[in-house]
Amino acid sequence: MLTKRIIPCLDIRDKKVTKGVKFKNNVILGDPVEMAIKYYEAGCDELVFYDITASAEGRPIDIDMVKAVAANIYIPFAVGGGISSLKDMEMALLAGAEKVSVNSLAISNPSIIGEGSKAFGAQCIVLGMDPIKTKNLGKCPSGYEITRRGGREFTGIDALEWVKRAEDLGVGEIVVNSVDADGTRQGCELELTKMISENVNVPVVASGGVGCSQHMVDVFTYSHADAVIIAGMIHTGDYTIEQIKAELSAMGVAVRL
Amino acid sequence: MIAIIDYKAGNLTSVKLAVKKVGAEAVITSDPIVIKSAERIIFPGVGAAGAAMDNLRALGLDSLVKEEIASGKPFLGICVGLQVLFEMSEEDGDTECLGIVPGQVKLFKAAPPETKVPQMGWNSVNFIGEHPLIEGVRNNSYFYFVHSYYPAPSDSSYTLGETTYADVTFSSMIFKDNLVASQFHLEKSGKVGLKILENFCKWDGKC
Repeated sequence: MLTKRIIPCLDIRDKKVTKGVKFKNNVILGDPVEMAIKYYEAGCDELVFYDITASAEGRPIDIDMVKAVAANIYIPFAVGGGISSLKDMEMALLAGAEKVSVNSLAISNPSIIGEGSKAFGAQCIVLGMDPIKTKNLGKCPSGYEITRRGGREFTGIDALEWVKRAEDLGVGEIVVNSVDADGTRQGCELELTKMISENVNVPVVASGGVGCSQHMVDVFTYSHADAVIIAGMIHTGDYTIEQIKAELSAMGVAVRL
Repeated sequence: MIAIIDYKAGNLTSVKLAVKKVGAEAVITSDPIVIKSAERIIFPGVGAAGAAMDNLRALGLDSLVKEEIASGKPFLGICVGLQVLFEMSEEDGDTECLGIVPGQVKLFKAAPPETKVPQMGWNSVNFIGEHPLIEGVRNNSYFYFVHSYYPAPSDSSYTLGETTYADVTFSSMIFKDNLVASQFHLEKSGKVGLKILENFCKWDGKC
């Protein structure tokens, strides 16, 4: 049967992997290619790389890094950050990425989703989004509002309307990164993930808040998420991929062993 | 030398990198002279079957692919490169394909939110019988799939591996003489995918 995917996320700043809490207080963890190889060897199902300073610095994604990753791991990986045009998408895909992730670009220019999907195939185009619990229920009746810059700017866009629109435009996958849960290691935002995953017919990746294997079991049993993004719990060495997969399997989640 | 056929059906970078990893030389090409002179051929592809067939015909590669397969040269199809080997695909309003393998390519029935289409992710392959390409690969290993349509050969003797998704058990790997093809992405399937690619790079085309 199709297994649930476990996807380590590597946030890249100044060519190094970093990790923050609620998008702040980043610390340096290591070299992206070395860490990618380690997680690949350990049996992760996919990887995602966010070049988190590319947009702020007004430069495209670090293509040399994408090429170096592609030459060393033979599983799918997605890249995001610094994707500002179809040309940027093409460069990343030709460098060997399986998928490109757009977030703030899609907010300012939603048609990029359809253009990318048509040019490269829907399976390549991932929508990343950073929803937060909102009191702005007039504009956001689902209770969740899309933010930019990891929760620092509010958009007034309803999270549920946004994913339905993205699906209509031809997106291939949706990463739901809860701003409230990010970096807390207290578990995923289950209601949010459930709501999104029940209302779209593309794969949904739960992100933010995963601190132990039980949190993954919770999100896979409570929602229809297809995959989960993990970061801090493995970057710190508290858990290994092998251990997570063994625990998930023992708890009845179908994973690739 | 291995020719990876480029017919504007997706990104071939990862296929070339994976072939290099297993120690073989490959070129990405749509040049008939290069393809004819290659010792073996990889026929990849992502995207829609209709566009893939249109591109093959526009480049004059449809008849060349048939001739090269008929020549006995080891030939490996991947994903859409498998699908267009069949007689017909339901994609793009019944697309007529190359007709090398008897049977059709059919659309999965979605049943959201439990069963989404496309199937995207790692699923297991139950290998049926022996073949040089699956030597050293554990049965029921997991491979990476991304597809909405699945191959349905009209004769089960072409099936080398089976996978279950959306209440269908389908032929995820097929073989016919010097031809082998997988619905899953060998180049994205980690070590087991590389093992099959390595076996292909050594294979003489005989079963």
